[in-house]
Amino acid sequence: MAGSKEDLTIHINEAWCKGCGICIAFCPKKVLGFNENGKVMMLDRDNCIKCGMCQMRCPDFAIFLGGKE
Amino acid sequence: MNHPLVENYFRMDKFPHIWCPGCGHGIIMASIARAIEKLGLDKDKVCIVSGIGCSSRAPGYMDFNTLHTTHGRALAFATGVKLANPDLEVIVIAGDGDLSAIGGNHLIHSARRNINLTTICFNNNIYGMTGGQYSPTTPTNEKGTTAPYGNIDKPFDIAKLAIGAGATYSARTTAYHVPQMDKLIEAAIKHKGFSLVEAISICPTYYGRKNKKGSVVDMMTWLKDNFVDVKVAEKLPQEKKEGKFLMGEFINIIEPEYTDQYAKIIEHFNK
Amino acid sequence: MARKVKFLQGNEACVEGALMAGMTFYSGYPITPSTEIAELSAEKLPKIGGKFIQMEDEIAGIAAAIGASLTGAKVMTATSGPGFSLKQENIGYAALTEIPLVIVNVQRGGPSTGLPTAPGQGDVMQAMWGTHGDHPVICLTPDSVKETFDLTIRAFNLAEKYRMPVILLTDEITGHMREKIEIPEQSEIEVYNRIKPNLGDNYQAYKVEAGDLVPKMADFGSGFRYHVTGLMHDETGFPSNSTANAGRLMDRLMDKIEANKDDIITYEEIETEDAEYLILAYGGTARTAKAAVKTLRAEGIKVGLFRPITLWPFPNERVNTLSEQVKDIIVAELNYGQLILEVERVVKSNCPVRFCGKANGEVLTPDELIRKFKEVL
Repeated sequence: MAGSKEDLTIHINEAWCKGCGICIAFCPKKVLGFNENGKVMMLDRDNCIKCGMCQMRCPDFAIFLGGKE
Repeated sequence: MNHPLVENYFRMDKFPHIWCPGCGHGIIMASIARAIEKLGLDKDKVCIVSGIGCSSRAPGYMDFNTLHTTHGRALAFATGVKLANPDLEVIVIAGDGDLSAIGGNHLIHSARRNINLTTICFNNNIYGMTGGQYSPTTPTNEKGTTAPYGNIDKPFDIAKLAIGAGATYSARTTAYHVPQMDKLIEAAIKHKGFSLVEAISICPTYYGRKNKKGSVVDMMTWLKDNFVDVKVAEKLPQEKKEGKFLMGEFINIIEPEYTDQYAKIIEHFNK
Repeated sequence: MARKVKFLQGNEACVEGALMAGMTFYSGYPITPSTEIAELSAEKLPKIGGKFIQMEDEIAGIAAAIGASLTGAKVMTATSGPGFSLKQENIGYAALTEIPLVIVNVQRGGPSTGLPTAPGQGDVMQAMWGTHGDHPVICLTPDSVKETFDLTIRAFNLAEKYRMPVILLTDEITGHMREKIEIPEQSEIEVYNRIKPNLGDNYQAYKVEAGDLVPKMADFGSGFRYHVTGLMHDETGFPSNSTANAGRLMDRLMDKIEANKDDIITYEEIETEDAEYLILAYGGTARTAKAAVKTLRAEGIKVGLFRPITLWPFPNERVNTLSEQVKDIIVAELNYGQLILEVERVVKSNCPVRFCGKANGEVLTPDELIRKFKEVL
């Protein structure tokens, strides 16, 4: 795992996303949305505070904080 | 890149998992893995045991010694594993029907023995795998495919049931309150003795649809709005507690643990 | 060194045998007439560092034993009729998941609660067909205290060798009868231990490797993080819905018995070489039959005894051969005719097969058997 929040970013594994919308609804900064496939997508990376709540509430392990690539 | 938790604690080739969109079970399964990570447990020494049902499919995804047993019997199998090898950290995953209906006897007796097992109940208030029949935790008047006119049964309070039977650790949390869930599951695993965490899950496919609970997000919002931590509740005026459900740690006490007591008998003969 | 001579009940001899076979774990629920097996296990196991637990019910009794077996323990559970019924689902689980385990059923009289302190042999077919779905079965039945000791050891060895539940089907006669028994030295006992994989092997939990009878079995906690499920599974141990895979798995499980009958089947024959008539009896009832054969032989009647020691798989071939030799077979058992169905199936029309039995909780006396036998003479 990367050390500080600076080095982290949100990753999305669309193949595992089932489009339940939990992460989108409960994101405190409302930076997530649905894409044209009904899966989660990052709308506003700059305003993401990397709190990790999307990762914690994702039932499908499809969204997570990880190192910048 | 890969999800680090999945990479380290799950069998990645088995994903995506079988659970329906919005099913709360994946949230709870992830929380168990985070607790194991936080505690720094040796994966080779962790054993996950389950019975039958939606939640009981979890061990198949988890990279430990995993045992998917018969309906209701997870705690009985787990008791054998734990007593035969107390060095193993044994965690039982069971649904509400699995744990409190067909497996109810094993729940109360595991609690009574205070054997060092951690039980995580994935409570979605319904039999999901078989298609939405009412369970012992389906609230009165709610519907299931076998309660088409509303359930006339009174539901179990599983966390209280465990306390009544002698559990030395019992807590409740929900799929919405994940940071709390992580802490409670971690505490339950760390606890020496029988521990139970009742994790309220959501079943949008059967329970939600049958009872017009709205979308996945609506069901999560309901959890958010209707559960109050027991410590917070203590300070709330009565009218604010009306109709709310309690969560948090209900009991956390130390009493003689079963495998320790048995070890003492063996030790007696080694002298 | 002189061997120990003891005066034991069959149930006690069972525990003595289990300990010599390497039993380190027992879980069960009290039930007459098997309870002495639990009591003696409770007393003896902690003395050798083993574990005993009295579970909350019969189902938990077998479930805990299966769980313990997965950690590497040699395990046993004992019960009687009603408890045997309750254990059936998990017998099937152990068969499909290939977990070694010994289940003792000290048969009592009647269906339901029946006659708890009286003998019966009404669970013969349940031992074969009790659990749902086709599955491999090994069932052994002793006719003496000494043989209870020997067969308990053999049950453990077969369970470990073939990775499956093995049923020791005794009855209230052999379970509670006391006889003098010479206990062999541990060094004289052949003990079979399950084959385990080595760390570093590319381990697939349900793959049979070349030269092996069954998949190697890793202890939980020994560094192989594998999956065990009662669902149909592939060689990796994970669930599979493939019918082709399910067919392969079922064939392999059933073939453990089919291809190894010579190793598994044992029986006893008395005076069969020149026999014109045959009595077929097993378990406690074989003692009656042995007395009857002796009496009839003294009268000059050429009768022999065939006693299956392995009830399942049934010694088809030998019984078929004998049926070509004799004029008549009489099957004696304490039920309304269970093993006789298998005998008839095997004998076909080679000779008449007659029945002598009862199920009122009494033992069959030699006189009763002789009277029945003489009806055709």
